[in-house]
Amino acid sequence: MAARTFLLARMPALAALCTSATLACAAAAPMGYDDARHLLARTGFGPTEAEVREFAALPRADAVARLLRDVRTTAVTAPPAFTSVAGPLRPPPRDASDAERKAFLQEQIRHGLALRAWWLQEMLATPSPLTERMTLFWHNHFVSSQQKVRIARLMYGQNALLRAHALGNFGTLLHAAAKDPAMLVYLDSAQNRRGQPNENFAREVMELFTAGEGNYTETDIKEAARAFTGWSINRETGEYLFRPGAHDYGNKTVLGQSGRFDGDAVLDILLAQPATAEFITAKLWREFVSPDPNPREVKRIAQAFRSSNYDIRIALRGVLLSDAFWARENRGTLVKSPIEFVVGTLRQLEIPPPNGLPFAVLAAGMGQNLFSPPNVKGWPGGNAWIDANTLLARKQFVDRLARADEELQPMITVAAPASPSVEPNRAPTPLFVADDQKARFQRLAREADRGLRSVNFDAATWLAARKGATPADKERAAQALLLALPPQAPPRSGDDALTFIRATMQDPVYQLK
Amino acid sequence: MNRRRFLRSAAALPLTGAIGGTLAVFGSAQVALGAAPTGTGYNRVLVLVELKGGNDGLNTVVPYTDPAYYSLRPKIAIKRDDVVQLSDRLGLHPSLAPLLPLWRESELAILQGVGYPEPNLSHFRSIEIWDTASKSAEYLQDGWLTRAFSARPAPRGFAADGVIIGSGDLGPLAGGGTRAIALANTEQFLRRAKLAQPTPIAGNPALAHVLKVESDIVQAAAHLDARYKFRTAFPPGNFGSAIHTAAQVLANPSGVAVVRVTLTGFDTHSNQAGTQARLLKEVAGGLVALKAALVELDKWNDAVVLTYAEFGRRPKENISGGTDHGTANVQFALGGRVAGAMYGAPTDLSRLSGDGNPAYALDFRGAYAAILDNWWGVDSRAVLGEKFTAIPFLKS
Repeated sequence: MAARTFLLARMPALAALCTSATLACAAAAPMGYDDARHLLARTGFGPTEAEVREFAALPRADAVARLLRDVRTTAVTAPPAFTSVAGPLRPPPRDASDAERKAFLQEQIRHGLALRAWWLQEMLATPSPLTERMTLFWHNHFVSSQQKVRIARLMYGQNALLRAHALGNFGTLLHAAAKDPAMLVYLDSAQNRRGQPNENFAREVMELFTAGEGNYTETDIKEAARAFTGWSINRETGEYLFRPGAHDYGNKTVLGQSGRFDGDAVLDILLAQPATAEFITAKLWREFVSPDPNPREVKRIAQAFRSSNYDIRIALRGVLLSDAFWARENRGTLVKSPIEFVVGTLRQLEIPPPNGLPFAVLAAGMGQNLFSPPNVKGWPGGNAWIDANTLLARKQFVDRLARADEELQPMITVAAPASPSVEPNRAPTPLFVADDQKARFQRLAREADRGLRSVNFDAATWLAARKGATPADKERAAQALLLALPPQAPPRSGDDALTFIRATMQDPVYQLK
Repeated sequence: MNRRRFLRSAAALPLTGAIGGTLAVFGSAQVALGAAPTGTGYNRVLVLVELKGGNDGLNTVVPYTDPAYYSLRPKIAIKRDDVVQLSDRLGLHPSLAPLLPLWRESELAILQGVGYPEPNLSHFRSIEIWDTASKSAEYLQDGWLTRAFSARPAPRGFAADGVIIGSGDLGPLAGGGTRAIALANTEQFLRRAKLAQPTPIAGNPALAHVLKVESDIVQAAAHLDARYKFRTAFPPGNFGSAIHTAAQVLANPSGVAVVRVTLTGFDTHSNQAGTQARLLKEVAGGLVALKAALVELDKWNDAVVLTYAEFGRRPKENISGGTDHGTANVQFALGGRVAGAMYGAPTDLSRLSGDGNPAYALDFRGAYAAILDNWWGVDSRAVLGEKFTAIPFLKS
């Protein structure tokens, strides 16, 4: 890389290219600190200074190529032990007692918490943050929630599936996610039978997973629902099972095409729609570039995406190498999700927590409870991440983290009798699928507190490790790392390290990426 | 108008399912009453209760003498003996029995067949239509309450225009410059609010949003406290807690014009019976406690509670003992100034559309017009873009 840059500067022909086509020149030059920070903040979780400096030496295109080359299909962190148990799903039988039901649910809840802890640890540990960001992206696209699915093993299976295809082929991912057992439960596919269709999956696959609102009719939904009949779960193995007896083998008409379609045929019809490629590309744009997709650019990237037979890396490369991605006016225009906020803070302050669970609980309190998106449309994201309640939860988190050893009010309180949430998917409550939430919630609130106390952040050492000859240089370096834009309320220079870092993270700009 | 007579006359009228029918079923006396704007401003509060997921109206207000109802729902119909009878045709789901005293005191209005033309069956789109009061094919940015506050701002001294409890989705308060505060409980909000700093609003839209939320927090925290101790007992559970928080917000002397609470879980595609019974029990317990709290605060006559959902559910049950997305639905309105009665018309199950859904009898924007014109005195035409006949469920 360095060699190429060097040559570029020396060779007259290429130098001429630089003056006549500045873009080509910029594409081959090292991108520098700001660009590297932007790329890593947008494609990962809060980069460390070492990561930024490493990428700063690469040209933009090489940096993007490297991110896309280094993606993974499996996690580096070992999953909880329960996930390796195969065999029959054992939900309580119809005649089970209340005590049996409760015991089953409680076990699933414990497993669900272990899953959250594991995924959060993986986000901290992974050598490819982009892989986890894309796994989270698909979790928020092919949504299922443990609230309904209940069985934690199925949620884990879905997570592994999303990671395996996170940067693979969208068509393959769509077919697999549609038949994923957690999805079959979540959108009632297993209840969809010949003569008695359940439209839930057929509607959402069109509205949310592929073509998007306005690109199909109610009749298309009804016809597609018939095609998906017979999709079911084998309770002996916990895997997908086609039940021919429940399938409607009749003729269907979907989006203008007629035939004796089965579910896979309908998915292929949806993949053939240009609207599908554009819908996914626009969503990637909102995730990585800016809140307002540029329609012409989306069309261009979507065409390449569809011509590649839906190679997700082609779409992502298109998005990350678009002019808009690098444009100054798009820096700091996206709100960090709660998971990005929590994981990013731990990464940037270089605080490895002994246990991921408290931090998953804290992110849930900010409105993002892993494995429990609020509904099939997922977390709305963007500015909607920030309301009075969630902004204060974020501010309190960084306040507490920066002084973890002090005696303070509990991080999350269960004020009697008002409990923190009515919407069982926003605040921390939704970690639970069952009743007697309060006691468990109190336990988790204590857990979050212990988690915050368990980490040790030495502000003076961290600040001293920044680049720079003078204390003021080090403060500037800290700000350049932590903030995507200049601070709104610059902290006083010369305050002690803890005060300075806390003030920087309390700045409104710290909410942005 | 005598309730019984009203019901009978409504039942006798054919359901046209269009705006013409809407007017017809009111009865002429009611229309005359509802015509002149009589509202007195934001000192009167609106409490919205969202039944998220699409509560099944047909099993909420049950046409227990209609054979079509029982043949469409062999598994999940509410048995005639279990219905809490309100009239010789209609009754409440048994979980709603605690609301019967409100009905007897004419403080509960039941809006039937509420919907809109060209119904959309997507949760997300349909709630957007309800929240923005748009036409089916019209996309509006701001919520209908945001437009009301922009047409006529709430007093500066108010803690906030609206408080959203337990949900991050601002719904009818989204967009524009509304001062909407989302909080989970009051004490926690006030404790954490010390971390917020007022900063002039500037920068890109995301930054401006963060700065605005921060300054709204500062304003609300300066005007809210959580000191009032209720004698009223609130039911256990999340919804009861949210109702308690709502009451605590309303106990403050400084104003809040709107409070919204949300109960989720009504998207009952399978095994509806148990789920809906549990949820409606929470609704009934919460509403009864809310009335008691407002009476305790001497605000029952200055409060109206309105339930809503994105849509009702399909009359014909599905094979999973559940119901799919539908159209027209029921709404409840409660308050000291509510004219307790049935409005609109019960679902005509003999005349379902091709996709098995009923036509609507009342446009939901007629309920909004009632709040705007008759409750607050805000010109509903300016907010809703056209004149909808206010459903006359509020006394002058």
